[in-house]
Amino acid sequence: MNSRTGTLCATRDLILTGQVKVLEVVQACLERIRQTEPAIGALVNIQEEKALERAREMDEHGPDKDKSLWGIPLTLKDIICTSDLPTTCGSKMLENFTPCYDATLTRRLREAGAVILGKANLDEFAMGSSTENSALKQTRNPWDLSRVPGGSSGGSAASIAAGQSLGSVGTDTGGSIRQPASFCGVVGMKPTYGRVSRYGVVAFGSSLDQAGPMAANTADCAAILKVISGHDPMDSTSADVPVPDYLSSLGHRKDLKGLRVGLPAQYWEGELEPEVDRVCRNALEQVSLAGAETVPVDLPHAPHAVAAYYIIAMAEASSNLARFDGIRYGYRDEEARELMDMYCKTRSRAFGEEVQRRIMIGNYVLSAGYYDAYFKKAAQVRRLIHLDFVQAFENCDLICSPVVPFPAFRLGEKVDDPLQMYLLDIFTASLNLAGMAGITIPAGLGDQSGMPVGIQFMGPAFSEELLLQTAHVLENYLPPLPSPRALNE
Amino acid sequence: MDRDLISRIAGLARLDTAPEQADKFALQFREIISYMDSLNKIDTTGVEPFYSPSGNISVLREDVCRATHDRKDILANAPRHDGKYFIVPRII
Repeated sequence: MNSRTGTLCATRDLILTGQVKVLEVVQACLERIRQTEPAIGALVNIQEEKALERAREMDEHGPDKDKSLWGIPLTLKDIICTSDLPTTCGSKMLENFTPCYDATLTRRLREAGAVILGKANLDEFAMGSSTENSALKQTRNPWDLSRVPGGSSGGSAASIAAGQSLGSVGTDTGGSIRQPASFCGVVGMKPTYGRVSRYGVVAFGSSLDQAGPMAANTADCAAILKVISGHDPMDSTSADVPVPDYLSSLGHRKDLKGLRVGLPAQYWEGELEPEVDRVCRNALEQVSLAGAETVPVDLPHAPHAVAAYYIIAMAEASSNLARFDGIRYGYRDEEARELMDMYCKTRSRAFGEEVQRRIMIGNYVLSAGYYDAYFKKAAQVRRLIHLDFVQAFENCDLICSPVVPFPAFRLGEKVDDPLQMYLLDIFTASLNLAGMAGITIPAGLGDQSGMPVGIQFMGPAFSEELLLQTAHVLENYLPPLPSPRALNE
Repeated sequence: MDRDLISRIAGLARLDTAPEQADKFALQFREIISYMDSLNKIDTTGVEPFYSPSGNISVLREDVCRATHDRKDILANAPRHDGKYFIVPRII
């Protein structure tokens, strides 16, 4: 079999009916990794031997129909703890760190029968929008190797686009699942805050972070989301809300009749690159053709989302990253003789520049005299953004918008201009501030760049079922993407 | 926002910043923070800050002992330890 053409759900059916062995599936993915990894550099650690061993064991005992991901090879963004593989966060600080426990979502995936093939590259501690901030390697876009895969879950997105595995779990703090999914032509979902446990997901912005599925299509995302969702006593912010069977409920909706889709002027009348505008407007036509009614909605504070988001995310990051002190885990500078000197040298030498920038601005906005002007102010604006969404959802079921104003840009193009990089989150960050759910699906290829362009749907808290159903219907209306050009030769 | 302020913030963050890096950060921070200042245009009088989307405030549980991790597993990741404790540089 060719893992490039397989989907998670189709492969699972083949395994359960005995038509293929888990070993064959895992071997096909590993072969695909061997073929594509030198070009795209999506993975930071690959677990070949253990994955093969586990596949052989599973074939001896299975298939087990009660385990919904039986034999499915997945990768995890390398900020999600795995007890048998390093969890580097893309940082020199944790280059040799192997946690002594699995994240709750890792445990749930393993219990459902998934085979963890490896860990996907990311911007250091998930801080970035291009995966260029990884201290470990450079990841390239499988559609054009001179372009970024997006970020921070860029390794996951590139890996899926290249057919290296059948799915991945990324994290989204301000767009870090949806934006790389859009840049690489895959599906990515940011679930509602609290839907997926954050236990064992290394914290960046604790009130914003949420892990979610990334895969080749909506059904595959639904299958992964079902497994990783649900209340976890180890994460006090995880929600005790029933988890629907996202996959089987996809069949409940054949079209979008009766659905009201809100179009916020703030997202559609901004500065979209013309090819992105064309792809997204075509997608909107398909939304109407599928039977949905589109209605204008107002999100008046949306233009302020990036400023509010970065204040809050940096403040939370500066606090979360204080734990990296060279004492309990990670890198320690051995030159320093005295404690305070050791802290400073350790952190300065092991954190990359963007991480240091965010820690420092985070400290600044939290410091005496500035707290009210920045942190409290941003939290107040966050309230207004949340209210905007609540009011918009009184007039529509879901909101539809572009994901990023332009397609994947070239490596190095924005790396020296942090503010320009932050502004990439213009259409994604407000959803994290509001704590609600969203999904990105590929809408087509730009007619200038030839690069994938995604379209985003956003929904109220715990609307994942409706978001997945809507995306699933729309997938049949939108042009299917060919396989990534740069890997065709 | 100048080199001195950057050094002061670096101190708060337990970071060492070389002078040339402090100059670069000063330029970048000026730009980033003036962008953040755009929030001042919004009237937030009387608006309650929104710190978390989670409805769970101060989740309580029974205070019972349970096994979590073994000491040796925790110490395995420490840069320096003696089998029982983390070893740190001189403090006083």
